[in-house]
Amino acid sequence: MKPPKFMYCDPDTVEDAIALKSRYGHDSLVLAGGQSLMPMLNMRLANPDVLIDINGISDLKRITRTGEVLEIGAGVRQSELETDAAVADAVPLLGKVVPYIGHIENRHRGTVGGSLAHADAAAELPCAAITLDATVVVQGPSGRREIAARDFFEGFMTNACAPDELVVAVRFPVASAASGSAFVEVARREGDFALAAAAAVAEVGTDGRFTALSIGVAGIAATPVRATVVEEALVGQAATAENIAAAAKRIADRVTAGDDLHATGTYRKHLAATVVKRAVVAAVADAQNRSNGS
Amino acid sequence: MTTTENSPEARYAGDTRTVTLRVNGQEVTREVPTRTTLADFLRDDLDLVSVHLGCEHGVCGCCTVLLDGGSVRSCLMLAVQAQGHEIETVESLSADQNNLHPIQEAFAEEQGLQCGFCTPAMVLRTKEILADGQERTDDEVRHEISGILCRCTGYQNIINAVQNAGRKLRCGGAGGCGSAHDEAKGA
Repeated sequence: MKPPKFMYCDPDTVEDAIALKSRYGHDSLVLAGGQSLMPMLNMRLANPDVLIDINGISDLKRITRTGEVLEIGAGVRQSELETDAAVADAVPLLGKVVPYIGHIENRHRGTVGGSLAHADAAAELPCAAITLDATVVVQGPSGRREIAARDFFEGFMTNACAPDELVVAVRFPVASAASGSAFVEVARREGDFALAAAAAVAEVGTDGRFTALSIGVAGIAATPVRATVVEEALVGQAATAENIAAAAKRIADRVTAGDDLHATGTYRKHLAATVVKRAVVAAVADAQNRSNGS
Repeated sequence: MTTTENSPEARYAGDTRTVTLRVNGQEVTREVPTRTTLADFLRDDLDLVSVHLGCEHGVCGCCTVLLDGGSVRSCLMLAVQAQGHEIETVESLSADQNNLHPIQEAFAEEQGLQCGFCTPAMVLRTKEILADGQERTDDEVRHEISGILCRCTGYQNIINAVQNAGRKLRCGGAGGCGSAHDEAKGA
């Protein structure tokens, strides 16, 4: 249970990190917070020739708000999102999602970019990213490009980065003042990966009908899934518990995860509908609280 | 690998690095293999054997140390990554049985340990969470220590110890405010 030998590189700049990625490609791995990669190195499931540690790159550690966009650097620690006032103000959903990532000992090291790049379908930040229509910013030798979160998660632990590209930031649209948000997760034990989890952002008009709704679901397929079928069924409808429960059942068709050690596929279908229902109900309540409070 | 003197990678050559960090208040400088975990460095190079290795892949939490005051799993960091940082292990509290740190006292009084394997991690985590000086409920403590596994106690005595330690620290150290303790026990 010790890491294998590798050439350890700790570049100070994004450009140097990309130069190393360009040179070593698939023979290299990027070490961000290390909460997934270090176990893989210790167990020798990963055996890179070159380890590119990006923890020393200060340019990746910024949180900046520009107008209606909150940009979070890839190297920002997850625990910072829990306590950062600018984040809580701009994108309240993030503060609700982050406490479910592992334990605080993991979040003190784990990074925003690391979680996105790792692309675990049961992970919280990828689920939040697709729910919020975030944009992942990646940089390679020829410059930066922006990838919609929906397109970033390509398959089981697979993202849309080329071998010479690095995730450098993620951009979230600032939440509308009228919206409410919620995150609901079911796991066997606290800090475990979700059996199923759902994030929801809802806006409800003065007539009590949904004017906007986005829902992301984790743990039910090879990637986090946007619950488009549920969103379409509810927008324009009255935001009642009955309507939400009926529409939430539609997510079951999107569950492709089968039986495993932790749950049966049948149970996951049931759970997916349950977490979607609870998340939407809670997001509606949050929207109402916010509008009453303001 | 073909690194030359002039290539940007020249600085990365070699399997060891010199690291300088503060550990339990003392500055230390050592030459370490770049692949050595922080946990192994603390145990093998600095003899800080309170850092217990249970699973070595970030699940059990027994190797928890404080990095710049925040708890981290030392098996999931490389020693070279601690360059310039401050590390605290449970050895920083007290080695004198007659003059224990209030948190150590509380764990002894409440029988907050059995085999002791998770105890250094639990004590450090307790130090971290009690820094805010707040009282906390059983449920809050249960949530806050959830990153460290204990297979003996069933956790309740650890929770009692954390709360007891909190009372001691709010009263300015070991032994003080005995009445607060009695009151909380329903006396």
